[in-house]
Amino acid sequence: MVCVKQAIDVSQLKADTSTGRLVTAGVPRKISDFDKNALEEAVRLKEKLGGEVVTLTASAEDAKTSIREALAMGADKGYFVYDEALLGSDTLAVSTALAGAVRKIGDFDLILCGEASVDGFSAQVGPRLAELLNVPIVTYAKKVALEGETVTVERVLEDRYETVKCKTPAVVTVTKQINDPRIPSLMAIMKASKKEIVNWKLSDIDVAPEKVGEAGWGVKIVDVFAPKVERKRIAIEGENPADIAEKLARALIQEGVVGR
Amino acid sequence: MLELLAGGRAIATSRNAELAAVLLGSAVESKAEKLIQHGADKIFIVDHPALERFQVDTFLDALTTLVKRNTPETLLVGSTKNGKELASRLAARLEAGCTPDCTQLTVNGEGRLVTKRIVYSGNAVVTATYIRKPQIATVPSRTFEKLEPTERKGEVVKAEVEIEPPKVEVVAVNKVEVADVKIEEAEIAVCGGRGIERKEDFKPLEELAQLLGGQVSNTRPLAEDRKWFTGWVGLSGKKTKPALYIGCGISGMIQHVAGMRDSRVVVAINKDPEAPIFEVADYVVVGDLYEIVPALVEALKKELKK
Repeated sequence: MVCVKQAIDVSQLKADTSTGRLVTAGVPRKISDFDKNALEEAVRLKEKLGGEVVTLTASAEDAKTSIREALAMGADKGYFVYDEALLGSDTLAVSTALAGAVRKIGDFDLILCGEASVDGFSAQVGPRLAELLNVPIVTYAKKVALEGETVTVERVLEDRYETVKCKTPAVVTVTKQINDPRIPSLMAIMKASKKEIVNWKLSDIDVAPEKVGEAGWGVKIVDVFAPKVERKRIAIEGENPADIAEKLARALIQEGVVGR
Repeated sequence: MLELLAGGRAIATSRNAELAAVLLGSAVESKAEKLIQHGADKIFIVDHPALERFQVDTFLDALTTLVKRNTPETLLVGSTKNGKELASRLAARLEAGCTPDCTQLTVNGEGRLVTKRIVYSGNAVVTATYIRKPQIATVPSRTFEKLEPTERKGEVVKAEVEIEPPKVEVVAVNKVEVADVKIEEAEIAVCGGRGIERKEDFKPLEELAQLLGGQVSNTRPLAEDRKWFTGWVGLSGKKTKPALYIGCGISGMIQHVAGMRDSRVVVAINKDPEAPIFEVADYVVVGDLYEIVPALVEALKKELKK
């Protein structure tokens, strides 16, 4: 099972120049990058071990195009919790909805998620989902091996790699290092159009709307602004590299950032 | 930890509340005094053989019990990868909100915590507040300056907790290069990008960093595509917040900028006058890093002697 988020394509964002507020409406959406890695890994595990790969998405926005893309990449079936009540929901609310859907889908060996989403980058949904389902979680995977009921994972941490193992069912979040997601062939895209997408409302997965509405949130957003960057942008020019270097060295000493 | 205490102290003071620190581990009691000197009013100690080595599963169990018993209003956790996993899972267990990687934490008129963090690959700063308690936030290193130690009185509380056997078993640990580790803490960061053609060509950057007592790091393509390094500075990598950042041969993709935008002074060296890194630089050097960096090492040696 792979959790797929339809994220904002952050490379296409623009700020409202008069207010500095960021405009997200109308910005193209895409599958969050790391979720593609999770999907690729799931498809590779299926190719090796058999079984089935399903995707799971929960959103207040129509994400069917992204789900189709996931199916073209090799998932067998998509589950989509599409409900307006999810509008503005935080990680607490989204993971509650996802956990409801997982329970409805039933047994699974592994849930793979991206380490974080490319837009919000909170890295919370995978760990939260594991807690709600009361299963083991391994975060930041760069290698996943599944053997019987044991999953062995290499984790990437700041100062070390860790090899860990746990029993399935489990949740694993993956980094970009784990693989290079495939680009689906035309044939795969055509085949995907025949695959099933199961549409659910929150009521179908026994999640009360107030659990994911504002009353169910832990955090609410006050404002989103484009960050102000005030840099001096002083060009250091000179006759030759030595001249430039000397001017730069003096400027840095003047700033008090070197030679302290 | 000491930096977090400084941030926590400010919040606790404005809420007229107590600041507690949690020490989990084996034989950790000796560390309590230092935490009190740096701002804590109370130290909860859980001394348990299962906590000898850090693992999210076991530390989470201990922390969950403590939080349920003592119902803190706010909880701060360091923004490491394990710290973020811990905070997220704790938030799930308590049905609480959690804001990761907060670069600013304040208290509003209603007494609620207000956080700022960078999202959308560095394109936006989002301000958020909490709807319920506890208010959980993770905080990157160097967000706060640690307080000067003072003689203060504090209470040490030893807590007994039940810890379940971990669900995840650690089989092996491999440390990576130390030089790569400390970029988050660095006072001076020298970063290399795709303008560097071979791994050996990092030598002048290393010399520069060494001269200034700084650290060398790199952009993601050098780690992911060229496999020269394991880590990088950027949105999905490490955040650096040095007094001086020197970017060499770095174009300045937003993902990289998200990891260094909080640097105090930014120098960018790039052959391409159109490189976006120059938009976020204080000192713009259009030139060949292969010439400029060694010349800068020489110039600094000379100037610093004066």
